[in-house]
Amino acid sequence: MSAPHELVTLTIDGVSVSVPKGTMVIEAAKRSGVLIPHYCYHPGLPVAGVCRMCLVHVEKTPKLQIACATPVQEGQVVTVFHPDAMKAREGVLEFLLINHPLDCPICDQAGECELQDYVFQEGRSRTRYTPTYAKRFNPVEDFGGDILYVPNRCILCTRCVRFMDHAAGEPVLNVSERGDRAFIGIHPDRELDHPWSGNVVDLCPVGSLISKDFLHKARAWELDKAPSVCTGCSQGCNVILETRQETVVRIRPRSNLDVNHFFICDHGRHQYRWMNRGDRISAPLVAKDGALAATDWDHALAEATAVLKGAGGTVVVLASPATSTEALFLAKQVAGDTFRGAFRVERVAGEAPLDGVPNLALRGERAPNVAGATQLGYGEDFDEAVAAVGDAAAVVVLGDTLDGVPAQALSGGADIIYIGTTLPEVARGARVVLPSTNVAEEDGTFVNRDGRVQRYLQAKSGPGMARPAWWVLAELVAAVDGGEPAASAAAVFDRLADAVPAFAGLNHASLGTRGAMLPANVTAGATA
Amino acid sequence: MGFPHKPHDKETVVLSRYFGDPEAKTYDGWVKRGGYEALTKALSMQPAAVTEEVKESGLRGRGGAGFPCGFKWTFMPKEKKGPHYLCCNADESEPGTFKDREIMRWTPHALIEGCAIAMYAIQAEVCYIYIRGEFTEPIRIVQAALDEAYAKGVLGPNAMGSGKPLDMYIHRGAGAYICGEETALMNSIEGRRGNPRIKPPFPAQSGVFGKPTTINNVETLAAVPHIINRGAAWYKGLCLGNPKSTGTKLFSVCGNVRRPGNYEVTMGFPLGELINELCGGMPNGRTLKACIPGGSSVPILTKEETERCILDYEGCVASGTMLGSGGVIVFDDRADMVYQIMRLTKFYAHESCAQCTQCREGTAWTVRILERILAGEGAPPDLDLLLDLADNMTGKTICVLSDSCAAPVVSGIKKFREEFDAYISGAKAPALART
Repeated sequence: MSAPHELVTLTIDGVSVSVPKGTMVIEAAKRSGVLIPHYCYHPGLPVAGVCRMCLVHVEKTPKLQIACATPVQEGQVVTVFHPDAMKAREGVLEFLLINHPLDCPICDQAGECELQDYVFQEGRSRTRYTPTYAKRFNPVEDFGGDILYVPNRCILCTRCVRFMDHAAGEPVLNVSERGDRAFIGIHPDRELDHPWSGNVVDLCPVGSLISKDFLHKARAWELDKAPSVCTGCSQGCNVILETRQETVVRIRPRSNLDVNHFFICDHGRHQYRWMNRGDRISAPLVAKDGALAATDWDHALAEATAVLKGAGGTVVVLASPATSTEALFLAKQVAGDTFRGAFRVERVAGEAPLDGVPNLALRGERAPNVAGATQLGYGEDFDEAVAAVGDAAAVVVLGDTLDGVPAQALSGGADIIYIGTTLPEVARGARVVLPSTNVAEEDGTFVNRDGRVQRYLQAKSGPGMARPAWWVLAELVAAVDGGEPAASAAAVFDRLADAVPAFAGLNHASLGTRGAMLPANVTAGATA
Repeated sequence: MGFPHKPHDKETVVLSRYFGDPEAKTYDGWVKRGGYEALTKALSMQPAAVTEEVKESGLRGRGGAGFPCGFKWTFMPKEKKGPHYLCCNADESEPGTFKDREIMRWTPHALIEGCAIAMYAIQAEVCYIYIRGEFTEPIRIVQAALDEAYAKGVLGPNAMGSGKPLDMYIHRGAGAYICGEETALMNSIEGRRGNPRIKPPFPAQSGVFGKPTTINNVETLAAVPHIINRGAAWYKGLCLGNPKSTGTKLFSVCGNVRRPGNYEVTMGFPLGELINELCGGMPNGRTLKACIPGGSSVPILTKEETERCILDYEGCVASGTMLGSGGVIVFDDRADMVYQIMRLTKFYAHESCAQCTQCREGTAWTVRILERILAGEGAPPDLDLLLDLADNMTGKTICVLSDSCAAPVVSGIKKFREEFDAYISGAKAPALART
């Protein structure tokens, strides 16, 4: 922790607020509950001070001041909704609109457009720009990667330029030309193909930089949003899953200054199509007459319980490191003293860092919960664990898709309980198949590479009878060991925190939306 | 002298004394005329004493803002922690202004000497002379003078034998008016796009390459050797009554006068006298209609205001305008003020750096409205709209380009409203084709 900050007290629209010295008025205003309209300012980028939208009245200064570049001072009296400031901002909005096409009906940004929002909030109801004047026109340009540039909608806030300059460290964008002919230019020999370049779409306050992937896919107001954690690698970037009619259509970053600031990489951004797979298992299946037959949960759970109760030896758990910490914990618990857990993870050579943000990169370890699995005693000895199946009493497959695992490796006599979202051919030899939900369809937590435990929330419903893996395993634990099954992911986590010293003291409520670090003094792999 | 005309009795020739004298361009010629004595004298003084002398003289910035020069130098850190820089603003691009060009053409060594003294005072080792790119001849002449100054040991690692390094480089502008704005000029020197920076930090804290920097206009720096040579009291005495504006000032007079040119007069000189006597008045049969006294960015004066206006910083403000750069643009009764104002705003619309919304969009919109009025398609509310846009464009941006575009529009409509009304009502035939 840094030294305590010297506090400065000022008044913003009549509200007294104390903030650390050096804070800009625009951030102080957020603390006092006022969002000062702005375009070029972004907390994750250097201040440009060019849109002039955040002009506010500051007592004892001759001119209006831009809130984004005005540091707070003791006793300062700021009036955001001062008549002079409102006229100035109304003027800016009018100027921005004279060359802005009113093509909101076909613009992807509509509904989440800061130009729309502030014009509705503070703008003029009618333009004074003579309708016979042509608006500036430039054709749509393909910036490469996932990005299209629609120059007509551009308000030249330069957020994209500053992102590429200062955050990505790859200055391929600039402001070309000058005056009202200006537009965002791209290096003639380059494309916007930096692994983090998709952030310019989120940063663009209007519909000027848009995603090809999301183009005309949905209107902003149709989207439901749920806070989640990216599954693309072990960094654990905070994201928002956006769904439309039970389909994930977009992933966007969710700010967390301890992890990903305001950004996510393009790899993570595109980790949503598999969440919408159609070939899901939608009912529990049990082996009957040499084939799997659909059944109800009671029957399937009873079958699985019988397998586990009758197991007089090692229970091998083949888990995916993209499984929730809760499910990993319960799988270990259900295996009891004879637990042998293993996982495997895709490892890619090299990382793709975002230069401007410390400790942020697309990591080579391409799963979100490797640290969680490791903390709970799972080993990265997947092949050895598969080889040990022959001597095992039972096998629980948890989320692993068994890719590359030969059928004969699993046919050694041990009963297989398969918990997963899809059914690979090799799993057809299972005794019980229990359909589970994916990350978009359940609550849970992941532990990122730094040991930060972070929650993800359900964004859509699962298919058919599929249930969260934690629910399935909680039922099995209760059936095998007695007691009441945990009724929620949070309740499972409470039991986890009680049982595993590494997680001691944590709970879902205290993790909140930003997560918390594992208590540092606890060694990895403590027993349950 | 009213270069290129012979000097007028009422001029006070200090900076322009050797205008037209080819020998003064050379090092030897300059030394023969007393050149580099001031630098020698300054180097024998304490830097703070040099600053104090300039401060005492009352010399104010000749680029337009009129900020006290010596006072500006005191903003530089007293304790030197790294490089200090001096920038000489020779990006003279203000329409109607051509005084710095003549200083560079005829007395390049005066500029070099002034820069060297200023560098010594602010403890800078490096000076960038940022010269407007179109000034091909002045660039050639200043470069030749710099080469000579290096050859003679005036500049270099042991400047004038003082043991101190003084280096000067010409940085050539690439055609942007906005690069005459001090922070845009610094960005341009650094190789960035010439966009003005938000202040603070001010140049004396963080200027070129993030180091303490002082920036002065050519004419300001060229006056410094005279102040060191002849003393602050002498310079202060060169004024006609107002002790806040001292010394001489070059006025570049253009437009409808018989003898356009550069005229050097003491501060406080009457504008009417400058136009009617020194410049020979209006061409035959013509009468004065309006005047812009300080370069295109300042408010326009009517005939009556022009005749009453006193040419010093306070006098111009009292007349509702500004001294600016001293670029006097004179209009006679033939001038179409609506067209003239449109032409000025078109310049600003073309030169806006595009950073601030008000300037980028407002300047271009203003031009369109004025063009529409000139095409006979204006409507009565257009003038109120122009004034309201001007209000939205004034005092709200990073630099003052936007304000500069608004100033002639506001003063033009206020003072020549009947000319706008004539186009709008149809009383006057359209001057432009219909849009």
